Amino acid sequence: MTVTAITAPRAVVAIGTLSRVADSMYWMSRYLERAEHTARVLDVNMDQMLDETPKSGDLRWNRVLASLRIHDYPDASDDVFRLIRWLTVDQTNDAAIVSHIASARENARQIREQISSEMWQEINQLYLQVRRTSKSRQWRTQPHKFFLMVKHGSHLFQGITDSTMIHSEGWQFIQVGRSLERMIAITGLLEAYFQVTHELDYLAWIGLLRSCTAFEAYCKVYTADIRPDCIVEFLLLNNRFPHSVRFSAEQTQNALLAIASSSGGRSKGQAERLAGRLRASLDYAQVDEILQDMPTFLRSIHRQCSEIHTAIYQTYIDYTIDAALHR
Amino acid sequence: MAVNDISQLQSHFALFADYFLDGAYDEMFDPQGMPREPYQTLYQRLFELSAATLRQRQQAADMTFLNQGVTFTVYSDDQGTERIFPYDLLPRIITNDEWSTIEQGLKQRITAINLFLNDIYHEGKIFKDGVVPRDLIYTCKHFRREMVGLNVPKGVYVAIVGTDLIRTETGEFVVLEDNLRVPSGVSYMLANRQVIKNVFPVLFTSYNVRPIDHYGQVLLHTLRSFVPAHRTDPTIVLLTPGVYNSAYFEHTYLARQMGIELVEGRDLVVHNNIVYMRTTAGLRQVDVIYRRIDDDFIDPLAFRPDSILGAPGLMNAYRAGNVALANAIGTGVADDKAVYAYIPQIIRYYLGEDTIISNVETYLLHEPKQLGYVLEHLEQLVVKAVGESGGYGMLIGPHSTATQREDFRRAIKANPRNYIAQPTLQLSRAPCFIDGHVSPRHVDLRPYILYGDDIQIVPGGLTRVALRRGSLVVNSSQGGGSKDTWVLY
Repeated sequence: MTVTAITAPRAVVAIGTLSRVADSMYWMSRYLERAEHTARVLDVNMDQMLDETPKSGDLRWNRVLASLRIHDYPDASDDVFRLIRWLTVDQTNDAAIVSHIASARENARQIREQISSEMWQEINQLYLQVRRTSKSRQWRTQPHKFFLMVKHGSHLFQGITDSTMIHSEGWQFIQVGRSLERMIAITGLLEAYFQVTHELDYLAWIGLLRSCTAFEAYCKVYTADIRPDCIVEFLLLNNRFPHSVRFSAEQTQNALLAIASSSGGRSKGQAERLAGRLRASLDYAQVDEILQDMPTFLRSIHRQCSEIHTAIYQTYIDYTIDAALHR
Repeated sequence: MAVNDISQLQSHFALFADYFLDGAYDEMFDPQGMPREPYQTLYQRLFELSAATLRQRQQAADMTFLNQGVTFTVYSDDQGTERIFPYDLLPRIITNDEWSTIEQGLKQRITAINLFLNDIYHEGKIFKDGVVPRDLIYTCKHFRREMVGLNVPKGVYVAIVGTDLIRTETGEFVVLEDNLRVPSGVSYMLANRQVIKNVFPVLFTSYNVRPIDHYGQVLLHTLRSFVPAHRTDPTIVLLTPGVYNSAYFEHTYLARQMGIELVEGRDLVVHNNIVYMRTTAGLRQVDVIYRRIDDDFIDPLAFRPDSILGAPGLMNAYRAGNVALANAIGTGVADDKAVYAYIPQIIRYYLGEDTIISNVETYLLHEPKQLGYVLEHLEQLVVKAVGESGGYGMLIGPHSTATQREDFRRAIKANPRNYIAQPTLQLSRAPCFIDGHVSPRHVDLRPYILYGDDIQIVPGGLTRVALRRGSLVVNSSQGGGSKDTWVLY
């Protein structure tokens, strides 16, 4: 980047974002991505539920919970609508869509002057809309509409972010948050779908793809010939599709490299190195090798995502004063 | 204006059915009920609009505030709910003549107050010359011993002021109180203007309204004037108590308007008497802090040890001259309500001038004769605790019960220095759109004064409205609202 010399003293090129602000950017983005993902998964499964027998229904909703990495659903009854309610509008549930959106908006509120007014307005509107709808009965009679609103709001927010916010460090933290969250979500889905021992039907595989907005994109690459190994290859290793793990790993790495260079050489390279290693392992992986021990491979990706998160915190957010002053 | 439609006329009278005039000065109508000159266009415009249209515009305005998050936090509500600051549609109009008196008067006042603060924290000449009693100052709740002998950048203690003006029965502006610590509300002044331009574009252009949008720039310029000369690449920040503070919206708004960092106490680190903020690129030195935290909370090592809002060690860095604060510490001594009574003498002492904007007549209760009079006449007077603000700790005599008066009588006798009394004032009334009618409500005016290299006042201010009928309390914490204020060319 070239910086033209400006003589006026007001051209202050500040280095670095407030650590607290970077933290909020990151979590704002993660929570919104989580809300969108949860909404999509629920939408897809509610839609598919209409086409099936009650028995496979039990499997379906256990799979949904597993894919979202939720192990503490408190309700023993098999009332599906109660489960969906809990995951959607129950404010006491931290994993509910309303809670994710409230958290995303709370983070945005803490950094209001850092994000553009348009971004704030959108996320605030989404929050108000979701709260209003969740208190009315409308979400129950037309859940699809509710999910659409959430997904739409999230997409709109991303578009607004990209086109109205300065693409500097704060924006990069938003990218890191989203891509890390996405990798964790996709591996969660794959783990849940491949855990079951029996043969899954065509409908289930389509459900998996649609949960990642991947059905149409998949068909463009592999045609409508739905095969598990192709699905794994597509969702893990495709380098052009935004909802693939490899694509997200690359995004994570790029954003971390940009942050490292904008933060005045503070980074000792830990976060970028971890992201780079993850990306490289996906760049050179082959699907038949992965399928030999899929659970281990998926767990390893999840673990690496956690390590990247920790490294980001140690480098940029939670460092000690000693480390900063005696560098 | 030609009114050729009888139904229009009828709806117009319905709109004004609630209107009344009495002793209080009415901003819109003269005592004969004719619209005053600057309000004529607005009055005519109200002829053309129905209550339904006005209601629609009110809703549009409210939605804008809500969606933009122009809100304040209601503490009592466990949901942490944000409410919009009630907004009245109809603008309050101030002529150029009126404004230039206000402007001159406020400049005079702020100049004198800054000289006064500098004096009392240094030689104390004003005590020696017997103009202000020394014990009055040293017993102020907001007097800070820590500030004695400390030199502040440019000798400016109060850089940001919001002075509350009211209008008496004759229409004269008088100062009700000075807010010299952390005055708030300026963001509502700016937001109100944005909104009214959207909902009343035609009316707005038919008036020649002086712009106020440059406030952020002037504020930044003011803050920058406190940067030490040797710092070539200064960092200016706004220190907020955080997202749960009722004025948080304003803090974010101002930080964004100025393009400066909004920090919380936990973002700041003091090391070797230098203030830093914690960033992703390490620690960055901070030069000027526009602090929106009270003295008490700004540094747990110097003031309240239980505060988690400030930065430990900040006061030492300030004393070492490594960081500038706006406003300085200890400015509250000059807006103590008993010290307020001395402002005319203070102006004469430092500037040798007569006061341009008068004070409200004030009884000082540490003087036995005045105390006697006040205790006799509590029913007619307003009694205020000297160190309070926001409409708290107040007795409004004519609206009080016998028990309330008895409580105050006891409290005053116990500590006369802690109270002052003033005659009950009729604040002026301005037309407001309330429940489908145009009704008069009491208002005040808070212009914002900035003092850096020179004194600047953006032509406008926050007009606060006591929305409850008959109420004299305009504070937002007590059911007040606001309206846009138009200063004309």
